[in-house]
Amino acid sequence: MTERPKLLRKGFSGKDALTPGKLVLADGRAFPGMMAGAVPAGNDTVTGEVVFNTSMYGYQEILSDPSYAGQMMSFTYPHIGNVGCNTCDMESHSLHPTSVVVRSLSIVPSNYRSEMSFPEFLLKYNRVVLSEVDTRALTTHIRDSGAQMGAIGRVEIEDCELQKAAISAGSMEGQDLVSGVTCSKPYSWGELVWDAKRNQSRSLSQTQLMDRPHVVAVDCGVKFNILRLLVDSGFRVTVVPATCTADEILAFRPDGIFLSNGPGDPAAVKYLIETVQLLLGQVPIFGICLGHQILALACGGNTFKLKFGHRGANHPVKNLDTGRVEITTQNHGFAVRSESLPNDVRVTHKNLNDDTVAGLEFPEKKAFCVQFHPEASSGPHDSRHYFDKFFGLVVGSERLGIGT
Amino acid sequence: MPKRKELKKILLIGSGPIVIGQACEFDYSGTQAIKALKEEGIEVVLVNSNPATIMTDPEFADRTYIEPISPSFLASVIEKERPDAVLPTMGGQTALNCALALAEEGILEKFGCELIGAKPDSIRMAEDRELFRKAMEDIGLPSAESVLVSDLKHVDQAIEKLGFPIILRPSRTLGGTGGGIAYDPIDLKRKVSLGLKLSPVHEVLLERSLLGWKEIELEVMRDLNDNVVIVCGIENFDPMGVHTGDSITVAPIQTLTDKEYQTLRDAAIAIMRKIGVDTGGSNVQFAINPENGEFVVIEMNPRVSRSSALASKATGFPIAKIAAKLAIGYSLDELQNDITKETPACFEPALDYVVVKIPRFAFEKFPLAEPILGTQMRSVGEAMAFGRTFSEAMQKALASLEDDSFGFDKEDKFSDLGDQELLDQVAIATPKRVWQVGESLRRGISLDLVAERSGIDRWFLHQILEIVNAESVVRERQAQSLGTEEWVYLKQLGFSDVRLAKLFGTKEEKIRELRQSRGVRPTFRLVDTCAAEFQAFTPYLYSSYDRLLSDAPASNREKIIILGSGPNRIGQGIEFDYCCVHASLALRELGFESVMVNCNPETVSTDFDISDRLYFEPLTLESVLEIVEREKPIGVIVQFGGQTPLRLAQGLAANGVPIIGTSVDSIDRAEDRELFGGLVRSLKLQQPPFCTVRSVGEAASKAKELGFPLMIRPSFVLGGRSMRIVFSESELTQYLQESVDVSHERPVLIDRFLQNAVEVDLDAVSDGKRVVIAGVLEHIERAGVHSGDSSCCLPPQSLNDDLVAEMKRQAEILAKELKVRGLMNIQFAITPDREIYILEVNPRASRTVPFVSKATGVPWAKVAAKVMAGKTLDELKVEEVVPRGFFSVKACVFPFSKFQGIDTILGPEMKSTGEVMGIDRSFSGAFFRSQVAAGIDLPKQGKVFLSVRDDDKADVVEVAQNLLGAGYSLVATSGTAEVLKEHGLAVETVHKVREGSPHVVDKLGGGEIQLVVNTPEGHGPMLDSKSIRLVSNELGIPTYTTMPAALAAALALKEGMIAVSESPTVMALQDYQRLREAEPELRSVG
Repeated sequence: MTERPKLLRKGFSGKDALTPGKLVLADGRAFPGMMAGAVPAGNDTVTGEVVFNTSMYGYQEILSDPSYAGQMMSFTYPHIGNVGCNTCDMESHSLHPTSVVVRSLSIVPSNYRSEMSFPEFLLKYNRVVLSEVDTRALTTHIRDSGAQMGAIGRVEIEDCELQKAAISAGSMEGQDLVSGVTCSKPYSWGELVWDAKRNQSRSLSQTQLMDRPHVVAVDCGVKFNILRLLVDSGFRVTVVPATCTADEILAFRPDGIFLSNGPGDPAAVKYLIETVQLLLGQVPIFGICLGHQILALACGGNTFKLKFGHRGANHPVKNLDTGRVEITTQNHGFAVRSESLPNDVRVTHKNLNDDTVAGLEFPEKKAFCVQFHPEASSGPHDSRHYFDKFFGLVVGSERLGIGT
Repeated sequence: MPKRKELKKILLIGSGPIVIGQACEFDYSGTQAIKALKEEGIEVVLVNSNPATIMTDPEFADRTYIEPISPSFLASVIEKERPDAVLPTMGGQTALNCALALAEEGILEKFGCELIGAKPDSIRMAEDRELFRKAMEDIGLPSAESVLVSDLKHVDQAIEKLGFPIILRPSRTLGGTGGGIAYDPIDLKRKVSLGLKLSPVHEVLLERSLLGWKEIELEVMRDLNDNVVIVCGIENFDPMGVHTGDSITVAPIQTLTDKEYQTLRDAAIAIMRKIGVDTGGSNVQFAINPENGEFVVIEMNPRVSRSSALASKATGFPIAKIAAKLAIGYSLDELQNDITKETPACFEPALDYVVVKIPRFAFEKFPLAEPILGTQMRSVGEAMAFGRTFSEAMQKALASLEDDSFGFDKEDKFSDLGDQELLDQVAIATPKRVWQVGESLRRGISLDLVAERSGIDRWFLHQILEIVNAESVVRERQAQSLGTEEWVYLKQLGFSDVRLAKLFGTKEEKIRELRQSRGVRPTFRLVDTCAAEFQAFTPYLYSSYDRLLSDAPASNREKIIILGSGPNRIGQGIEFDYCCVHASLALRELGFESVMVNCNPETVSTDFDISDRLYFEPLTLESVLEIVEREKPIGVIVQFGGQTPLRLAQGLAANGVPIIGTSVDSIDRAEDRELFGGLVRSLKLQQPPFCTVRSVGEAASKAKELGFPLMIRPSFVLGGRSMRIVFSESELTQYLQESVDVSHERPVLIDRFLQNAVEVDLDAVSDGKRVVIAGVLEHIERAGVHSGDSSCCLPPQSLNDDLVAEMKRQAEILAKELKVRGLMNIQFAITPDREIYILEVNPRASRTVPFVSKATGVPWAKVAAKVMAGKTLDELKVEEVVPRGFFSVKACVFPFSKFQGIDTILGPEMKSTGEVMGIDRSFSGAFFRSQVAAGIDLPKQGKVFLSVRDDDKADVVEVAQNLLGAGYSLVATSGTAEVLKEHGLAVETVHKVREGSPHVVDKLGGGEIQLVVNTPEGHGPMLDSKSIRLVSNELGIPTYTTMPAALAAALALKEGMIAVSESPTVMALQDYQRLREAEPELRSVG
């Protein structure tokens, strides 16, 4: 690896800033690369659960998605950074994966929306990227051997040291990562979705929102686009910490409750499961991703860790009631075990790739949830209509269980 | 939604001959569709006039009609076959237009035949510019501001509204024919009047220019359940203003944020729903303003297309196959992803590589046509390459083009240009631009300036900058001094060994040796639709220099590698792909593992289920050697892919690669003129006297010995490139000085040209012991017209049996002498005094193999492949078949309408892009069918203009008599008219151009003349006769430029048309075959 910078330094302005580094997995497999962004100093290492995402677009949205907290994000698409980064495409206030792994880092962006280059962006949020990695080899390895922890460090560090760091970082299973990403206090939200014509996301004022049905969004690591779509579909939105009790939530006099996406093992978020048990049946509830798993757990079902998870923007999900298929964005390492669900819960959607549960309805309790991300961002907009469905459920124009 | 059980028989319309804008991608899609439908137990009826296609092989469809794709012929097929439905979305614009005509004429209704895949209203809404614009307005999507004109009167209003430049798009023409950009009112009016003429509905859309915007395409699939998926997004490297078929294109999209991409995705889906494409694939094109993201919808094609073939190959998602299944009622989630086997087809492929497609042009064939790219497609083929990065894919694509390029080279071509001149050229889209961009960045011209002038996105330019910057470092180094990581870095940037050899000033072998000694070898990766998320089962592979993984290791079965033919070009097209596909199928039948190597995304051979393994790689020595090293085949086949693999044969053999079939030495013996001359002499055969010269002076003195006229041919050429017939010494020296590079290293061959000789193509196959004649084809045009441009007839229609027997004898001794194992093609010339001369022998597959296979009912390429793999002809029970009782005529299709201003005469340089076949009980009937199939609009009545050179005056009488007999009236220039009058024929005399108005060109322009027979004298600036041909080309008036073709046409008009035209009889290939089997007199065994 020491020879390459020599050629690079004279060869291409920009990449001369790269520092040789490597990723070593808990099982000892090593992947050499070149680091940029917030490069760890000396013998420092950065650890995380290595996951791969197959989306070809929207790296900024993915990295700012709080559900990726604690993970090391490897993109299967080789060129990352092509369009730079901007403030508008943030899905939260910071970046959540501990580190990023790519095949080819674009140093100079090209897009009218770009405000800073990708390496600058990583530096701003204090994240390292390991580039020039054979990411297909990494993906294949994760696919075959299952998700595991990894550590990134400078090339001088022995592989076995990095392996040790990876092993000692532990596992995602049983970890409550929600408490690390949830908001500290309630706030209200008024921003609408991105308007292509104006290239901006407009906000509605409190007066404009006043007469709307009120939804309380429980923030387990919520993506901004969920909040934007809730406003778009007609709600007034208050975001609350995931640690709020049922009483605290009900004190906002919500017309509906939304359970957000979030990182880690849902079964470890016991406090929220208990809260939801108390809320179920009182007000209509809509859950996405972790929210979906929490609802399943709250009604007595259980969840399990997938071998390597679903992360991408091309997952086909079939609506079992209509027979129609939606192409969805997904990001989850855990799934609901369908045979664990009580009889009053209907499986409404399944993932066509592996037949896992992708959506549930609780007709008696006016609650429904989906495992995938109808807010997309990044990803296809096929499923945005679930926000309208939720609005309909809240205002009474929509009833659940029609398909049964 | 399950399959519709009531659809038991489906008619599929092919796309006809290969023309610019509609090439073998429709053979790929049609073949896939036929297989997909047959899998479902549906009886498939196919109509396609193109014999070189795989889809027209009798084993694919149940009923195969090689008939013209015109409403009347299709009506006859429908009447005879009574299909339940017609599937028109697999055969390009030709099939769609024809289906629409069938619907409008009430033929579908009459026979209770449903249109599936696309409904007439959908086709109309998508194809009619004005309806489409309104539809977009209805769903709130912007389209480019435009004005539709159907006459010249409204052009001024359009100018006021749109401002210059203005884009012209004639409605419903192929590949943008007649389209262009106009910069001023005079230019605009001229182009509008031409466009109105070319548009079948006489409409031209004038559009606001979006020059410099980004062009993006999405490939969309939709099923009856309204499930929609985007198979692939494609970004054009060239900005708007260049036809997407002529642009370098990249998948996936590189320079859009997710928000922008999803906006286009939403729009594409809304368009599918609005246009009402219920089932199947469509292509939607957008333009995006890079300054502010504003976008407009350019167009959509409600059918599979060149782009969908590209998207299928780029992603592994077989669009045509899935589209066919959707058309019969399946929904996307009911169909399986063939590559992963476990996941459904209802998904959007995820790529973990970059794909670059690059067009191949043939402007050198049409020297007068300006090589400037615009909205009308003019490329004749394309190559595609995969890489882990854009740089790797781009440089591999350049090497795949076989255009003397191995990356961002050609710098010496621009050395005489100053920076400013270079930048001026970069601003104009031409075939050379991509290398000029590389050279500009190499010189240190600022990237911003190059971006501004070219309109190419800065991201792409940055990748190219990294490549040329790496070059500059390489130039300062010795190859020996590079370390492993440096080698890897250079190879990951896509540098080929040849390019590195040039940069280091050494030989390719040396570079290969050094690189391999450092252990730097490619790895191979799967095109798996899912970025490795799931296991893939289909070994569809590309190489890269990422180092930690190689997918799908070689098996330990016995395998044979077939080298394909690379990008299509004039002289090397679908016929060779046909042979490669057959070779693969044959080897699989024998139990070998077949391994295909090719880089042409349009072809059937690059369909991942044709071969056991597919390597989508450049056909260069470097990549083939690496594949051979990995696969360790028992043999490599080089004789099916035309010149492309043959050029590699020596290098492969030198590296110890086992080449099976005819030996490389034998191929060399046949290709090398001196060696071949000795061979012919030793066998006591004749060839025209010839000599090889290495200077202009030598040529002049040798020419005197040989005697004029002479045929001049530079060595190592394809498709008769730069070949010329000269009639005098001055013509000879002028041509050699001006047009040909003659030197010691590049000798030029001079042959005595045999005037008025009948040319014959003979195809044969040999196993080294026995020789079986596959077919003897008599050319219609005389020797001097390139064999690829001649019409021909099988069996010979005018040669007597003795001559044919003698040619067969000669073929046999030649095959034995050359120890041919596999196919062999011989071109003979028979002089008026019945002497047989051998023009050339090609111990390999020739262009005529598919035609001969269709005419004789024997799959000759398969036979040859089996022979090469060790079978004997006796074991295969192969016998010669001479069809009796019906004639098969091959006619050629020319791209002249795309190159306004060029002469349409035929000569030794090949210019045709495709071929058609006509089969009939009479020669004139077969010829007539072939002309209709070739799109020659033979008039049913009217005036024929005749003007022939002195040598043809005797023959013109017979032509004229036949035309008069068929009810046409005649017009001729004075010389020709005189001859006709002497024979008592009624003819009107018209002025030559130089005799003043009203002259013949005025009459042509005034629409008074419906057919032209014009033979030119010699080869010089024959102003008069050339202007006649130019005008008739521009106006699309059928023109015959040789007497034999004119005579065949006259006969066809007199006899063939009457026999065939009104309600044409049609017969399936399978019936011809049955006829051959049932009536022994129709078949004679030689």
